[in-house]
Amino acid sequence: MSTDDLLALLPLLLIAASAVVVMLGIGLKRSPALAVGFTLGGLIAAFVSIWAAVPVAPRQVTPLLLVDNYALFYVGLIVASAAVVAFLSYQYFEEHEGQREELYLLLLLATLGCAVLVASSHFASFLLGLELLSVSLYGMVAYLTDRRAALEAGIKYLILASASAAFLLFGMALIYADTGTMEFSRLRDLSSGAPGFTLLAGIALTITGIGFKLGVVPFHLWTPDVYQGGSPPVTAFVATTSKSAMVALMLRYAYLSGALQYHAVFLVFAIIAVLSMCAGNLMALRQTNVKRILAYSSIAHFGYILVAFLVGSAIAIEAVAFYLVAYTVTMLAAFGIVTILSGSGHDAGDMDDLEDYRGLFWRRPAIAGVFTAALLSLAGIPATMGFVGKFYILAAGANEQAWPLILILVVTSVAGLFYYLRIVAALYADPTEQAAPVPAVSRSATLVLAVLALLLIWLGVYPAPLLNLIRTFTA
Amino acid sequence: MILIWLIVILFVAGILAGMAARWNPLLSRLIALTAIGVDFLLAAGLWSGTASISAAQSAQHTWIAEADWDWVPSFGIHFHLAVDGLSLLMLMLTFFLGIVAVLASWTEIREKVGFFHFNLLWVLSGIAGVFLAVDLFLFYFAWELMLIPMYFLILIWGHERRVYAATKFFLFTQLSGLLMLIAILALYFIHHQTTGVYTFEYSELLGTHMSSGVELWIMLGFFVAFAVKLPAVPLHTWLPDAHTEAPTAGSVILAGLLLKTGAYGLLRFVIPLFPQAAHEFTPIALVLAVTGIVYGAVMAYAQTDFKRLVAYTSVSHLGFVLLGVFSWNPLALQGAIITMVCHGLSTGGLFVMVGGLQERIHTRDLERMGGLWAVAPRLSGAVLFFSMASLGLPGIGDFVGEFLVLLGSYKISVPITVAASIGILASTFYALRMVQRAFHGPNTQAWRLPDLNLREGLMVGTMIVGLLWLGLYPQTVLNTFGPALQNLQNEAQTARR
Repeated sequence: MSTDDLLALLPLLLIAASAVVVMLGIGLKRSPALAVGFTLGGLIAAFVSIWAAVPVAPRQVTPLLLVDNYALFYVGLIVASAAVVAFLSYQYFEEHEGQREELYLLLLLATLGCAVLVASSHFASFLLGLELLSVSLYGMVAYLTDRRAALEAGIKYLILASASAAFLLFGMALIYADTGTMEFSRLRDLSSGAPGFTLLAGIALTITGIGFKLGVVPFHLWTPDVYQGGSPPVTAFVATTSKSAMVALMLRYAYLSGALQYHAVFLVFAIIAVLSMCAGNLMALRQTNVKRILAYSSIAHFGYILVAFLVGSAIAIEAVAFYLVAYTVTMLAAFGIVTILSGSGHDAGDMDDLEDYRGLFWRRPAIAGVFTAALLSLAGIPATMGFVGKFYILAAGANEQAWPLILILVVTSVAGLFYYLRIVAALYADPTEQAAPVPAVSRSATLVLAVLALLLIWLGVYPAPLLNLIRTFTA
Repeated sequence: MILIWLIVILFVAGILAGMAARWNPLLSRLIALTAIGVDFLLAAGLWSGTASISAAQSAQHTWIAEADWDWVPSFGIHFHLAVDGLSLLMLMLTFFLGIVAVLASWTEIREKVGFFHFNLLWVLSGIAGVFLAVDLFLFYFAWELMLIPMYFLILIWGHERRVYAATKFFLFTQLSGLLMLIAILALYFIHHQTTGVYTFEYSELLGTHMSSGVELWIMLGFFVAFAVKLPAVPLHTWLPDAHTEAPTAGSVILAGLLLKTGAYGLLRFVIPLFPQAAHEFTPIALVLAVTGIVYGAVMAYAQTDFKRLVAYTSVSHLGFVLLGVFSWNPLALQGAIITMVCHGLSTGGLFVMVGGLQERIHTRDLERMGGLWAVAPRLSGAVLFFSMASLGLPGIGDFVGEFLVLLGSYKISVPITVAASIGILASTFYALRMVQRAFHGPNTQAWRLPDLNLREGLMVGTMIVGLLWLGLYPQTVLNTFGPALQNLQNEAQTARR
């Protein structure tokens, strides 16, 4: 392995190394502050090292990993969101009585899994990354072992994720049987002409595996329960980091292998997209739990992303990248609010009932203001990143004249607006008499949320810098 | 440069007013009043400057003032603001009604004063953005942005069914707005296909070549957004709820300004950008307009809620605007624009009066009123004046507007004009019934209430003077938007060839 190879892999290596450091650190001295310190340090180092990797990109390191600008962009997104999650976790688990340090170990491993996924160009690294991510997530989701809901969510995730991984493996096997290769890029050459049944079945099974991780309809059944049962920072990780990695992988897999050119595959993805947009938005309408609402909303958002994915032009790939950044920032802000208002020490569980948020604006204007901005961004209202993301997807769709898809997107997103407005209406309603006291919020948490909210609005009003970045990185 | 200030002043003052209420609510009101006042003076300054150049300006298409910055270069989006006579008139109306809105809520809004003025100033800043934008992306941006503060105004300070009304308002406008966004994007890409330039610039998109089928669909995307705002029957159902539940300031801004953004959009974008499709669509639009005129008047007659009654009269009056716009000849257009301004003043005045009445007797139910004239003669007289304006009494501005619209539409279609005239007749019934129920007859509930005070008197007095001015000497206003109107017609004409 040459120096350039190592340089290209530097972000991944640094994440892996910090996992080792955290593990050894726990062995020497148990201290959550130390663990989170090493974690954040490792993630920041990994983020900085992207600049070292850019000059050598694109570079195929072993047949497994392709480190190009595209991968590095997503590694940056993943590492940054993981750092926010690490910070939020520290806030949330401060009062937890059991061992708190291992969470960061799991977090780093899951982040490494995500980074492997986005750089993957081969079925082997695809599976390795996926399993590294999934296995860490089982532990993270069920981390609060004294909570029934968390255990239930963890087991549910374990069983369904294992099943979907089995489907995925079988799909890979079928594709390998048909074409004799596991490299995405060689699939295209080997499978020219009409695809055989084995190949199509293999692709369909891999879609099952991808769809499960994205939580799109009809593979979404775990989403609401895991979102509700898991602790908010972990849910934030599931919702943002792991899903972004999966989208990045899906794009690369589909475009490199040319799978989307098969009519049947395109149709399947189109049906998944439409179902996700409709079902996600409609099922959220009747929820009264904020975490469940966000879960259904994320189903719908990945429906929107699939629309851009299906369009498939250069502008659509940029649209997906922008949308993912917008979605990540927004969801982190939303779950950040739930995190800092809750806490593992609360007996009553997390603050996630819609009633808990009634009149929050009149008691904590800043927090409610950030939450409003996040909700409006999810709804795609101008002056937020969510709007620019939606605009980008609509532009991509209009450019390729995918009218049915973008019309469905528009109509379902208006249905979605209804439940965001329900939360907003609750935030600004008159507080009820017996409202639970709102816990005090630490200054550092407020700072992180303020940064997220500023990002949300600044890049929503002036998106040019991010657009340029995306254009240079994903071209 | 002055144009960006119009927006920024309101924007910054909104934040200041929001914070100032912590120390003193009065300070918050004063900040709001000063900011809108300064904007009004700035706009008036621009207006007084137009008198000298309007003749020369009509020859070539130049804006009275403009400001242009790059915003999102990769999409060809500019932060481009410009005014001509039409938008200037609308801006003056915006700032005037903004002042009225602040004054009208002086004693009505006692809770959460800071956040109220924050929203009030931001909604005005969004509306100013709509009237100023000549980049379609910026237009859409402002178009959507003005909804959120309006939503909060209804949601927080509204009456009994405020959550329902606010949500309905938001959903209707959002769905139609997104359809317009798709239409804007379609236009953008079609323009790129024919010219190779990515731009949202209004003046460049004028005269974009496209097949007539495509043009019709894109025009419909715009039309739906504006028709919901206008509102045109059958897309009006959000309006009675929103107007009724909103606080007085909210109703004034909704009726006086938000509805005008729909009419402005039709004038500025729909017909100049898609003259051919608009021409084909004219019969349907005219029928919609007349349906709105008659339906609004009939529904108004049937209401017992004072505010809801006034809300339905808006449907009727804005029907005349739609009729005027789609008749698309000079007379009808002049009438439409005068109706827009006068409706803002007369309906705004009515909402202020109804709000004042509700503040005093805590009901909007006409059945429970009666005999108020003896108790509060000044208030009753003011309502009588605004009702006379509403029913189209000659000498008051509304008459001029509606009369010109009918003159213009007569050239297009006689049956439509006849039907619209029936609407004027119906307006006599609802206006007289409203005055009769509320102010005449026996005072069964033995109401005692204070009459108009100095603040209300000044506010109403100015609006009455404005309406009389427009009714007796509309030439000043006609001169203001005359060149702009000429330009719009020229653009539509050249594009059709």
